[in-house]
Amino acid sequence: MNERPPLAAVAVLSAAALAYELLLLRLFAIVQWHHFAYLAISVALLGIGAAGSLVTLARRRLLAAWRRSFVLAAAGFAIAAVACFAAAERLPFNALEIAWNPRQFVALAAIYVLLFIPFLSAATALCIAYSRFGGAIPQLYGADIFGAGLGSLGLLAALFLLHPAEALCLVCGLGLAAAALAAWPASRRLGSALGLLALAGPWLLPAAAIELVSSDYKDLSQALRVKEARVLAQRVSPLGVVTAVASPLVPLRHAPGLSLNAGDGPPAQLGLFVDGQTAGAVTHFDGSLAPLAYLAHTTAALPYRLLQRPRVLVLGAGAGSDVLQALAHGARRVDAVEADRQISALVQEELANFSGRPYSRPDVHLHVAEARGFVAASRDDFDLIQLALLDSFGASAAGLGSLNENHLYTVEALDAYLQRLAPGGLLAVTRWVSLPPRDSLRLFATAIAALEGRGVAAPGRSLVMIRGWNTATLMLKNGVLEAAEIAAVRDFCRQHSFDIVHVHGITAAEANLHNIQQRDDFFDGSRALLGPARQEFIDRYKFELTPATDDRPYFFHFFKWRTLPELLDLRSRGGLPPLDWGYPVLIMALFQAVAVSLLLILLPLALADTRLAFGAAPAILRRRVPVYFLALGLGFMAIEIPFLQRFSLFLSHPLYAAAVVLASFLIFAGLGARFAARLQPAARWPFAAIAGLALLYVAVLPSVLASLMGLAQGWKILLTILLVAPLAFCLGMPFPLGLAAVAGRAAALVPWAWGINGFASVVATLLATLLAIHWGQSAVVVAAVLLYGIAAWQFPSQAPGDGEAP
Amino acid sequence: MKAGRNICGWLLVAIALVCDACIAADEAMAKERQAMVAEVAAMARDFHAGTAGGGIDAHVLAALGRLPRHEFVPSTLRASAYENRPLPVGYGQTISQPYIVAVMTDLLRVGAGDTALEIGTGSGYQAALLAELGVKVSTIEIVEPLAREAAERLRRLGYGGIATRIGDGYHGWPEQGPFDAIMVTAAASHVPPPLLRQLKSGGRMVIPVGPPFQTQQLMLVEKRADGTLLTRQLMPVIFVPLTGGH
Repeated sequence: MNERPPLAAVAVLSAAALAYELLLLRLFAIVQWHHFAYLAISVALLGIGAAGSLVTLARRRLLAAWRRSFVLAAAGFAIAAVACFAAAERLPFNALEIAWNPRQFVALAAIYVLLFIPFLSAATALCIAYSRFGGAIPQLYGADIFGAGLGSLGLLAALFLLHPAEALCLVCGLGLAAAALAAWPASRRLGSALGLLALAGPWLLPAAAIELVSSDYKDLSQALRVKEARVLAQRVSPLGVVTAVASPLVPLRHAPGLSLNAGDGPPAQLGLFVDGQTAGAVTHFDGSLAPLAYLAHTTAALPYRLLQRPRVLVLGAGAGSDVLQALAHGARRVDAVEADRQISALVQEELANFSGRPYSRPDVHLHVAEARGFVAASRDDFDLIQLALLDSFGASAAGLGSLNENHLYTVEALDAYLQRLAPGGLLAVTRWVSLPPRDSLRLFATAIAALEGRGVAAPGRSLVMIRGWNTATLMLKNGVLEAAEIAAVRDFCRQHSFDIVHVHGITAAEANLHNIQQRDDFFDGSRALLGPARQEFIDRYKFELTPATDDRPYFFHFFKWRTLPELLDLRSRGGLPPLDWGYPVLIMALFQAVAVSLLLILLPLALADTRLAFGAAPAILRRRVPVYFLALGLGFMAIEIPFLQRFSLFLSHPLYAAAVVLASFLIFAGLGARFAARLQPAARWPFAAIAGLALLYVAVLPSVLASLMGLAQGWKILLTILLVAPLAFCLGMPFPLGLAAVAGRAAALVPWAWGINGFASVVATLLATLLAIHWGQSAVVVAAVLLYGIAAWQFPSQAPGDGEAP
Repeated sequence: MKAGRNICGWLLVAIALVCDACIAADEAMAKERQAMVAEVAAMARDFHAGTAGGGIDAHVLAALGRLPRHEFVPSTLRASAYENRPLPVGYGQTISQPYIVAVMTDLLRVGAGDTALEIGTGSGYQAALLAELGVKVSTIEIVEPLAREAAERLRRLGYGGIATRIGDGYHGWPEQGPFDAIMVTAAASHVPPPLLRQLKSGGRMVIPVGPPFQTQQLMLVEKRADGTLLTRQLMPVIFVPLTGGH
């Protein structure tokens, strides 16, 4: 029987599985939003590796009727993708309570298990195909990875049109389509039935099956619980679900950092939420500036005290409150930059009557762009650049951004903003106040580093920082602050009962006067950071304050291991420690992933049946297979992730970046895999090419990309594709080369090797983030190069020495 | 007749057993409550919390020891009622950690005859604690079912003197004010100016800051005799971010 490998089915199923993985991140951002939700997804992905173990153990039975097994597994994925998510989101899991109630871990574990099932199903089907068609591995891998690339692109496109919950139907349909394609050659009737089901089935699901059940503690859930509160408008895009809420009985009022001396709060507002978390408010505006008077009483208003009719650039304009603040202070012209088109569109269109269309005023110019990219491309000079406070206090206080790369608050970012300041111009950044101080002090340290990098000898003379009870504003001047300006800062703080953290010439007696803290760590900290013992202070401080850079863009990661015993001690004494959960959760995820991986990789070795089958393979293969596929799985992700982030910064748009970079990586790797079919098994040049290109990119890419940031978007996309293509093309080869070599000599080891690679990919994703936090993204790439060196050395070939690197 | 007497006898025995069980359960609860109060007092000493810096006022601790916290939590969580931790009370709301409740109450420095306004009734526990101290309490809750449940619970437990209201806490309750103390347990991006106006000279306002289940700081607003405002930011636990010399 001359059967052909199910390439189309593999591509479609792979697309569905990758789309599901990305979609789960979106879905959990909406229903849960906490690190623990992402932890569940990382564990679930281990299902892919587990499929390798499963197929290893049940190889004979699964391959005996491979087509039936494939169809069942693919259809199983389609059903589980919807059913398991529906069950998981309904579990009574509350991440916020986890520090108090260990039973929450039981619910979390149940979510792990539920989400594990769809990935296990999809990967089992794929692994069956690899095991059945050992001779066509390059073609299969090509289809697999090409499909994944299309899946990532397709999901991004779908999320512009569909709510994430509806996109779940699409994933389900794709899974059924893969089953249909696999069934078709053997049974037209089954193929047609599954095909029809794929087209119609998901859309006939009851609404409850794809209903999103949000946590009770999300801002949007809380806002909608108020009587008569209702959703006024909603827009979706891959960046998030943007929701505007009106609450006529109990109006929403958002005025972060408002002085206690302000006589009035904000006028009528509508709540704005992104993925259910507060993202500012739309303020009622009819062109009259009087109701905006409250905006003069926030810490963010400080720069306006020093400037006359400034030209203002607002980075992260959101619903427009910083734009209104500029207008209220007589700004000559306002350029507003907002990355999420849906937010500005909502303000300008659906809410136009309420918002007064602030972005359509002749003195306001809206730019839909990401801040770094806009600043790099801009040739204008501004008197004031405002970096808006867009994240919600809750998200910030819970440390929810601590693992996210953030390119807004790095040394290079501040330098780029400073370059766009007119002489005497000001850069102002407002952050939430956390106790003990974390982001404010780190921002201060980053500002000092940026100023020093520009050759400013006395950064303290160009810096001002003030704090209210819940916000702190940092100001950097392009030049030295004059005596009159310093007097104006003092006057502003006195009037509003804000405290000065730093201004040139401040004495201890002037600090900590209004919002009194037991110890003014803000004042002490800023003084130490400006003094000669800066490094010693940063080392001794119990939270990470080292300036963030583009290579280590983890501004919100404050955790230090040294502090852990004290945090645990606080907890044991009944208190809740000031802990940002991101990093501990990452470590937890890594431990779990390594433990589960090891267990499932070693399981086949412990069982008599598989031991016997493995025993038939040459000893050298048994030794080399785990090393080779572990190294590849780790290495591939350790190259892909840092470059994805580098190019994200370059393309300056989270969506273009994800789409272009991820799809280029996967599609060119797919082409590389197809090309690998023509290579001699002993070919080692792809490894050398990967190492050479990766190291070259690490060395020159940051500076080259930085100098080209100002190019037009079309050119940047083309350049990105051209740069990614050769690297990805080479990255696509080692896996099919190795797996084909294994298939040719010891077919029983194929699913095992495939599983090891799957486990390694998950571990690598977590490990790459961990290493990047500590040593930077360049170090991650160097580690990847070493891994590819190990892989070249341990190539799974039969004769000793055959696999030795040349 | 005999059978009837037998049934009556058994009924009496059963009632006696049930009563006995209730008394035993109450005693067990009381024991747990005292243990919780002792733990709160020890924590406060340990963390130098409270207005005196060396612990929580004895009146507050005594009131905490009288208050049946198990009546303020959902029935499924009764067994955990006297654990020193926050608990969910439904509708996305929580009942704070008893230690935090004690520290906040202590910071208000209120006593018999004082007036207090609470924004965010929640389960009603905080309001009942203030009432136990002899304070005339007015409390406002935004979430209607929660407000109704709390009002009913407070009445049932004998705290009928507490004035409850469903609605917007932003504007305070001027008819009941001005107040010696105001507690704002509902998260806000700013302190509502009307509340500051309803605070008496010498009055105190406490605002816990942090996401649900995570009170990270307590903000204390003091209105001085001249009407000016002073705020203090306190951490409920001792955590010095720097150690060693300098």
